[in-house]
Amino acid sequence: MNFEHQQAAHCESGVISNLMRHHGVPMTESMALGLSSALSFAYLPFIKLSGLPLISYRMPPKAIIKGLLAPMAARFRFETFRTPEAGAQRLDALLAGGQIVGLQTSVYWLPYFPPNMRFHFNAHNLLVYGKDGDDYLISDPVFEEPVRCASADLSRARFAKGVLAPKGLMYYPQSIGQKTVDAASVTKAIRKTVRNMLAPIPIVGVRGMRTLANRMQKLPPADPRSVDFIGHVVRMQEEIGTGGAGFRFIYAGFLQEAAQLLDKPQLQQMSERLIAIGDGWRAFALKAARMVKGREPVDPVALAGKLREQAQQEEDFFRDLKAVVA
Amino acid sequence: MDLDAVPQEGNATLDGHAKLMYARDAQGRVVTTRSRGWEAEEIVTSHAVDVLVVQAQAARERVARGLASPLEYWMYERRMDVALLSQTSGFWQWRVRRHLQPKHFAALSQKQLARYSEALGLPVSTLQSLPS
Repeated sequence: MNFEHQQAAHCESGVISNLMRHHGVPMTESMALGLSSALSFAYLPFIKLSGLPLISYRMPPKAIIKGLLAPMAARFRFETFRTPEAGAQRLDALLAGGQIVGLQTSVYWLPYFPPNMRFHFNAHNLLVYGKDGDDYLISDPVFEEPVRCASADLSRARFAKGVLAPKGLMYYPQSIGQKTVDAASVTKAIRKTVRNMLAPIPIVGVRGMRTLANRMQKLPPADPRSVDFIGHVVRMQEEIGTGGAGFRFIYAGFLQEAAQLLDKPQLQQMSERLIAIGDGWRAFALKAARMVKGREPVDPVALAGKLREQAQQEEDFFRDLKAVVA
Repeated sequence: MDLDAVPQEGNATLDGHAKLMYARDAQGRVVTTRSRGWEAEEIVTSHAVDVLVVQAQAARERVARGLASPLEYWMYERRMDVALLSQTSGFWQWRVRRHLQPKHFAALSQKQLARYSEALGLPVSTLQSLPS
């Protein structure tokens, strides 16, 4: 099968841009992220992963794929299955028909992941582009090269249970009506991101950051659980394939593409501002990590202060971005 | 972040892999580049792994002293907790907690053991004892 694997920072935007390119639509990862309005921030204390709250720097899983459907006038088929057998059968049939198929999987059960990265996280995405004997040929966008995975392992990963259980989810395009990105949908997508980031809801956008800062402030410095919490925030920001600074650098790339497409040089300046904000997130991560390691005394109040600073900068940023695309 | 500031610190947690990062080049364009890792990431990832390892070790000692069933060790060894094992096995959380006690674990039927075996991806015989 003729398929070109390209590494990406993030799994979902990587899968969808690889899939789009395969179907003749030139699309970068940053355009996929921006056009689907997937940049965000959410602090959901009532959803726990291994006892720690869900913190996300983007919209929920599947938002990138679904967010691209309207701007690209695309129709995708999404299928889930009751049994692993049915899921495997359908996957094999599609592959035999020459289709490239996107899958949602757990990370833990994929043996090709480095052991220290194998956590029970169920919203990973990858593309299957063929089968060789018992091995599936996989384009996992966060890896440099294509990988292989035995069918029993892939089946486990597809049917893992728990929070965000994939239920064997597979997806592939049925039709893509538009082969290029138009200016109007880019403007619309930026407006939507602005709306999300400035939403009057205390757990999303800049208000979500402030709520997280308040929670952080109350952590008792001597409790080992506090260190777990602090490390967890940094992992969600940096380790989970965000391209650095919780997707802010990827979005800065999108704003540059948008500046050209819309012929708005102001967006170029906004991109530079976002890179500076991203550098602030990196500084926050480094400081937090040093506390986790014990190189600095654990100081939740200082970290909360830094978070509030980031929230303030992003609030100003998105207000100005709103004016640019008004 | 500027291109030459992208960390290349060879993280142990990445196991020789490189990840894709976005950074600004000399002309001010955002471009992609590979990173061999950053110490901040290595610290928080190893910390998260260590927490799980410590839990498994503590469970192992409790099992050896007869205070817990081997299921508790294998649950943590598989990086799970009671909530996740409950969702994966289909047993209610209070039942999973009971099965972490040696007395109740010993009373499990083959059928119930098979559910745990399936959930943890381990043969029943492995589940019933600690690794040597």
